[in-house]
Amino acid sequence: MTLGLFLTQTLNGLQLGVLLFLLAAGLTLVFGIMNFVNLAHGSLYMMGAYFAAAVFNATNSFVLAGVVAVPATMLLGMLVERVALIRLYQRDHLDQVLATFGLILFFNELVRIIWGPASVYMNAPEALSGTVMLFGFGYPAYRFAIIAAGLFVGAGLYWMIHKTRVGMLIRAGATKPEMVAALGVNISLLNTLVFGLGAGLAGFAGWMAGPILSVQPGMGEPILILTLVVIVTGGIGSIRGAFYGAMIVGIVDTIGRAFLPTLLREFLERSLAQAAGPAIASILIYLLMAVVLAVRPQGLFPVKHG
Amino acid sequence: MRIRTTLIAAGLAAAGLLAAPACAQIKIGFMAELSGPQGALGQDQYDAFMMVVEANGGKLGGVPVQILKEDSQLKPEVATQIVDKLIEKERVPIITGVTFSNVMMAVHKKITEKEVFLIGSNAGPAPIAGAQCSAYSFITSWQNDNQAEVVGKYANDKGYKKVIGMAPNYQAGKDFIAGFKRLYKGEVIDEIYTPLNQPDFSAELAQVAAKNPDAVYVFYPGGLGVNFVRQYKQAGLAGKIPLLSTSTADGSTLPAQKDDALGVISGTFWGPDFNNPASRKFVEDYEKKYNRIPSQYAAQSYDAALLLDSAIGKVKGNVADKKAFMAALKAADFKSVRGNFKFNNNGFPIQDQHIFEVAKDAKGRVSLKTIATPLKDHSDAYHAQCALK
Repeated sequence: MTLGLFLTQTLNGLQLGVLLFLLAAGLTLVFGIMNFVNLAHGSLYMMGAYFAAAVFNATNSFVLAGVVAVPATMLLGMLVERVALIRLYQRDHLDQVLATFGLILFFNELVRIIWGPASVYMNAPEALSGTVMLFGFGYPAYRFAIIAAGLFVGAGLYWMIHKTRVGMLIRAGATKPEMVAALGVNISLLNTLVFGLGAGLAGFAGWMAGPILSVQPGMGEPILILTLVVIVTGGIGSIRGAFYGAMIVGIVDTIGRAFLPTLLREFLERSLAQAAGPAIASILIYLLMAVVLAVRPQGLFPVKHG
Repeated sequence: MRIRTTLIAAGLAAAGLLAAPACAQIKIGFMAELSGPQGALGQDQYDAFMMVVEANGGKLGGVPVQILKEDSQLKPEVATQIVDKLIEKERVPIITGVTFSNVMMAVHKKITEKEVFLIGSNAGPAPIAGAQCSAYSFITSWQNDNQAEVVGKYANDKGYKKVIGMAPNYQAGKDFIAGFKRLYKGEVIDEIYTPLNQPDFSAELAQVAAKNPDAVYVFYPGGLGVNFVRQYKQAGLAGKIPLLSTSTADGSTLPAQKDDALGVISGTFWGPDFNNPASRKFVEDYEKKYNRIPSQYAAQSYDAALLLDSAIGKVKGNVADKKAFMAALKAADFKSVRGNFKFNNNGFPIQDQHIFEVAKDAKGRVSLKTIATPLKDHSDAYHAQCALK
């Protein structure tokens, strides 16, 4: 193992972390501010990817794909919130889980009916399809673009939440919704906006993921599980927590997958290491979550109240 | 005298009429994965099968057939319920389709024990080719390992000394790597197994690049294959380290991989560029009807329909005569899209296995091009363990 390889793998971890952050930010806002469990968040990500792929195949323009997909997913998110989810805010978390799980099935079937069960084609723009030489390894240029775009969006989100009036209302709505309502702010509209923002971020992630992952029914579920781990680890409702949590989960997962099988081979038989390595690597992040829950149940970077 | 003959003739005709309803229509159960991410495979199987039925005016072997379409949802427990329903309620004498090996393992014994004919058109797990084989099962695809063995042989022929194997971490993944190693004489320097639900291979690809093998062998079916091939290209490995594969770049995934898959090597029994009359007709009809290049899964199921067509014709629709129908199926008296086709003692085909390269076809579409035939009249490794003659 060389330093170059280790750094390359860290970059891979960062890239996964950035993608997770885009999803976790939206999910944690909805979770923390509206106290609402939205399992259909992964479906919004899938819809974003499908919208982007559809536009990409029609126009062959990657940029245009994003320009259409992100607002379209945002609108779809607000529509879903207005039509279905708004009825569930006062209900039990279990009811919310049940209803949003139903939405997952609904969206998976919907894309299957419209686009068919096979994967849909989408590719990175020509300029980003090559590799960049780094630490003696070729690193995919497109993954660099994901890291850059994700960090940029993250910075924008930080600015919006902490420096703008809307951000202030969102933060206030998270801690004392009744007080905000009493001051004459339309909490219901604020909720829809927050939900739309989350959906837009999910659509952005779907657009970014389209060229590396296959755009197919059910593509939102595996990443939803990782996203839930991220927000629990980072602290529910906190954008900062979502950011650091996503980076930690992304890097731990990637480094574990990359080096644990090799490491195990040092002191285990080869066939045993080959079987145990991936298995242990894939539970690492859940172990991490369990430890965090035991030591700091509120998460590593919880919202500061008061 | 004359009157007597007439009477006898009339009597025979009446008897014929009485017997007729018994074989007026044959019900055939079609079960495959038709929903979820892997639904594309089952859909190809269904489309190709129905193409034969419809071209024959709703008949197979000259007898009207009713196809009962069922979705096993990649769930063995759902599949067993469907089989119960098909056999106990619908009383079908024939079941065809079956996409995944785990589903096949759940239903194979159940179907064949009831003396119902199973014409499998995709999954071919090792146990049913070996000790658990049945005279009631006929597989028109392949035994799973075959498609990996041919790639292993090809890697030998090309003189690759160091290969890295990659597959999802489940039974079929391990079977394919084992199949690759059976005929490959070089060294497999690493075997990387990734969780079945892991869609991103950045970490593993960086490891592969660092080890710089002569070639990489992978088995990533469906959407995983789309991800893998794209990411392999983006990581700058395509064109540098040859990518050998099974079920990773095939008719079901190429429409989503497109140019990213160019140059990928794949091993199987049939490709759309085959130049025999049966294959040409199949490809032409399929493209006209469904507007896409047929996948190997479609070809397998097309052959299953042709096999049934020939066997039902031979017994004149009397599939209740199990011995005769069994012999008619075993004879495999049809023009397969793959050219040579005959059944081994275990009901699996003895056939050539080919190597394909992903390339543009005459119409500029990304498709599979035959480049070598390393294994001729190849039998699977398990037929000796099957007690059938």
